[in-house]
Amino acid sequence: MSDTLLSVEDLWVRFPTRTGTVDAVRGISFSVGRERVGIVGESGSGKSMTGRSILRLIRAPGQMEAKSITFNGDNLLEYSERQMRKIRGHQISMVMQDPKFSLNPVHSVGKQICEALRLHTKVSRKQARQGALEMLEAVQIRNPERVFRSYPHELSGGMGQRVMIAMMLITDPQLLIADEPTSALDVTVQMKVLAIMDKLVQERGMGLIFISHDLNLVSSFCDRIIIMYAGRIVETCRASELHKATHPYTRGLLNALPRIEEPKGRLEALQRQDSWKQEASVDARV
Amino acid sequence: MPVSDSALMEPKSLSAETAADARLEIKNLNVYFGEGSERFQAVKNVSVSVQQGGSFGIVGESGSGKSTVLRAVCGLVESWDGEIDIDGAPVSHKRNKAFARKIQMVFQDPYASLHPRHTVDRVLSEPLKLHGFDGIDGRVLRALDDVGLGADFRFRYPHQLSGGQRQRVAVARALMLEPEILLLDEPTSALDVSVQAEILNLFAELRKEHNLTYVMVTHDLAVVAHMCDEIAVMQFGEVVEVMDVDAMRNSTPKTAYTQELLKASMGYDAEFFGDS
Repeated sequence: MSDTLLSVEDLWVRFPTRTGTVDAVRGISFSVGRERVGIVGESGSGKSMTGRSILRLIRAPGQMEAKSITFNGDNLLEYSERQMRKIRGHQISMVMQDPKFSLNPVHSVGKQICEALRLHTKVSRKQARQGALEMLEAVQIRNPERVFRSYPHELSGGMGQRVMIAMMLITDPQLLIADEPTSALDVTVQMKVLAIMDKLVQERGMGLIFISHDLNLVSSFCDRIIIMYAGRIVETCRASELHKATHPYTRGLLNALPRIEEPKGRLEALQRQDSWKQEASVDARV
Repeated sequence: MPVSDSALMEPKSLSAETAADARLEIKNLNVYFGEGSERFQAVKNVSVSVQQGGSFGIVGESGSGKSTVLRAVCGLVESWDGEIDIDGAPVSHKRNKAFARKIQMVFQDPYASLHPRHTVDRVLSEPLKLHGFDGIDGRVLRALDDVGLGADFRFRYPHQLSGGQRQRVAVARALMLEPEILLLDEPTSALDVSVQAEILNLFAELRKEHNLTYVMVTHDLAVVAHMCDEIAVMQFGEVVEVMDVDAMRNSTPKTAYTQELLKASMGYDAEFFGDS
């Protein structure tokens, strides 16, 4: 497949603890093209660890292991730490959940965006400033000049997350990993931020990995969905076909959601089965 | 009458009609924070009325004042004016023990609302001791059973419980004094959907068994549609609309804000949000 951007084969993430090794991710394989792929799961399913391990950001004592993580034909596992730094933020960017914790509180927003650009491309200060202002405008910030000068604490959650997206997209990456990018935001703000992200990703022909716990949101936003449970992929499908999902876990999640359109007297509680943990992971490579 | 006007009128006319059998009634509630030039009005002239045995939802985004209304009712905010009536009798700024017997609150974050160094047993028996109840042993066991935990959990510490189990303990604590009204402040928003379903089912069962009246605050319209019969929408400290759950299901809210909120909770729609 020529348009595959990223292909991950047999990824494991392990954490040694006093009581033995915990496998956070257990041998999953998936691929991402120039499309929107959603990774959904409950807390502890390994979805965030999957996102981080693509950029090799698992900190010790955590260990990651994979047969291959191929990005544009190169195996990222063979890269040195130095080479990885050129990938991170340049070709693959990551947006985290809470802008409060991902922006540096003592630098102005503009300085941080310029830094991201100047680190990866040879541009003058003036050009960087110009680029940052344009990018702030692209994420629909009404007064880019003012926001450029402001500090993270002066921004609302929605603004902060737009700044994060601006910072991550200014280097023109090919793949964006968004880890619960809108979970800390109000629903209406959330939709606006998603619309901005959606537009930019489509215009630039990027790939997007969208990590979320919200099945409803992911199915309406993404092209393809990967559903994780206990470190494995239990099911994968096109977002439009989620209602046809067959795995009892996916069905259970769908049934557990209260819905505005169809009232139910009682919600179906998810009956977890141990067998789900033993099942082999589904290969989500296209 | 133009649409927006009637929407603004609705809360008042509603409360006037139902004043007779209202269990909890809030009239022209204002809440302020800060002093002098820093003074900020978080809740503006809010009037709602909750029926005996009813389940009333308040939705809104962060900063809309929805939690502050609950906190004012519960007595956790001091600088309020207006009137809060319970069973027709106004409550004063200082609350007494009898008030605690009548109203209890469940908070949002089960990770923050339980004392990390107190066992479940201590958490549950403390209110009983303060109020001089007898038969504490049996009551604690019954409460654990009520919330589906069982006696095994009695001597555990919060860190030995999952998020859902903690929230069950918090619910049990609120039920210890056999209150008639439960104030629920985003009780499931910190939980996974499968756990949320369990807790919402638990609320439904307890309401039936104990004949409780609920006031629930949440940002999740689907949760409120599932739980509540009547819903108030708040924005910038004001109630912009009060509707019953059917009006919400049929997507016939009157104000543009409620419609946007409703649309947003249905999932991402590129056409609706893309050009804003």
